[in-house]
Amino acid sequence: MSVFLPEPGTRRSSVNLWGLVVAVGFAWVVGYLLNGRFWDFVVFDLLGLDQGSRLGEAIHFFVYDTTKILLLLSGIIFIVTVLRSFVTIERTRALLGGRREGLGNVAAAGLGVVTPFCSCSAVPAFIGFVAAGVPLGITLSFLIASPMVNEVAVILILGMFGWKVAVLYVVFGLLVAIVAGYVLGRLRLERWVEPFVFETKLRGDVIEPSTDMPWEDRLAFGWQEVKTNVRKIWPYLLVGIALGAAIHGWAPEDLFADWAGAGNPLAVPIAVLVGIPLYSSAAGVIPLVQALADKGVALGTVLAFMMAVVALSLPEMILLRRVLKPKLLATFVGVVGGGILTVGYLFNAVI
Amino acid sequence: MKIEVLGTGCKNCNALEAATYEALQQLGLEVPIDKVTDYGEIVAYGVMSTPALAIDGEVKTTGRVPSVRELTDLLAETSA
Repeated sequence: MSVFLPEPGTRRSSVNLWGLVVAVGFAWVVGYLLNGRFWDFVVFDLLGLDQGSRLGEAIHFFVYDTTKILLLLSGIIFIVTVLRSFVTIERTRALLGGRREGLGNVAAAGLGVVTPFCSCSAVPAFIGFVAAGVPLGITLSFLIASPMVNEVAVILILGMFGWKVAVLYVVFGLLVAIVAGYVLGRLRLERWVEPFVFETKLRGDVIEPSTDMPWEDRLAFGWQEVKTNVRKIWPYLLVGIALGAAIHGWAPEDLFADWAGAGNPLAVPIAVLVGIPLYSSAAGVIPLVQALADKGVALGTVLAFMMAVVALSLPEMILLRRVLKPKLLATFVGVVGGGILTVGYLFNAVI
Repeated sequence: MKIEVLGTGCKNCNALEAATYEALQQLGLEVPIDKVTDYGEIVAYGVMSTPALAIDGEVKTTGRVPSVRELTDLLAETSA
């Protein structure tokens, strides 16, 4: 993969740069539109495999899906990163400081989606928010929304299940974050936060990093994020899609339908309970999600599983234990898990 | 010059340390890199997204791993 954009710091005339952006954008659209036809030609005409044969269909599914998801992933990560270079967590905190519960939870969930944030920063962000006077429940809304509604998860759902399911996932994900944060806030659990959090004094000025980046740095930053993410995700993606292709071609349609179809009310709680301790990025759950959904597990059950995996995980709990006492941690898992459970049932009812 | 990498040992924190080390080598500077891993300390700097780089107690970048070139610029600026 060659570098299209300059490293941050190099200067190029801006005409060149925008020309490049337009050219790459155009190539992207053409590639996306021709993806299906191109692989039809390669698999069925060039390789001479029969359309409708198991092998032909599986290979076509694999190459077509890989191309499609890689294109979606690169395009959206690029756009999201460039947009996010205008938002910083410091700005988000300033926006949330002194907010009332309710609307504040809505704002926090929304900002959780758009603020650039890595789960490894969950603890400093938590301390920073609470020490600056952001209410506990609002801080938690932010921390729940951020991993749950992330762009990689949404793109993968979009690629696998279409835009309706993707929109529902975003809406329900936000709802869980808003309601769970609101409920946790109303429970007045501040006494179960480790006392040092409230004692942390912020010294010096609040730093406002990278808000005055020039455009070429923002674009270069976006391109680098695409590279890092694709490099990190592609093995999972290939395994996931290969599994999907194999199942697509060979496994019986109703493999799981009997015990995990929409008819079994216990399927959702089991999916959530199994998902909570598992730790994986959205990309890592694909093989499972794809395979489960294809073989008759109800969609709400599958998505509840995915939400539980990305939003609640053992390593994250261990991190948060530094700032939350066990009782609060348990309440947190209970309330968020309950929210996900409800979403699973709702999803199964709606779709 | 005092160089601190703020972070609790995540992958990106190590990447930032490595990049800073490389930038220092390119500049021919021999300055030790201190690691600040205590959450309270990190937040007290005003930092909420790790990793962050502080030069002489002043936070220069947060939440990302800058390129070696950017780091060389930052370091050269401060050491000049």
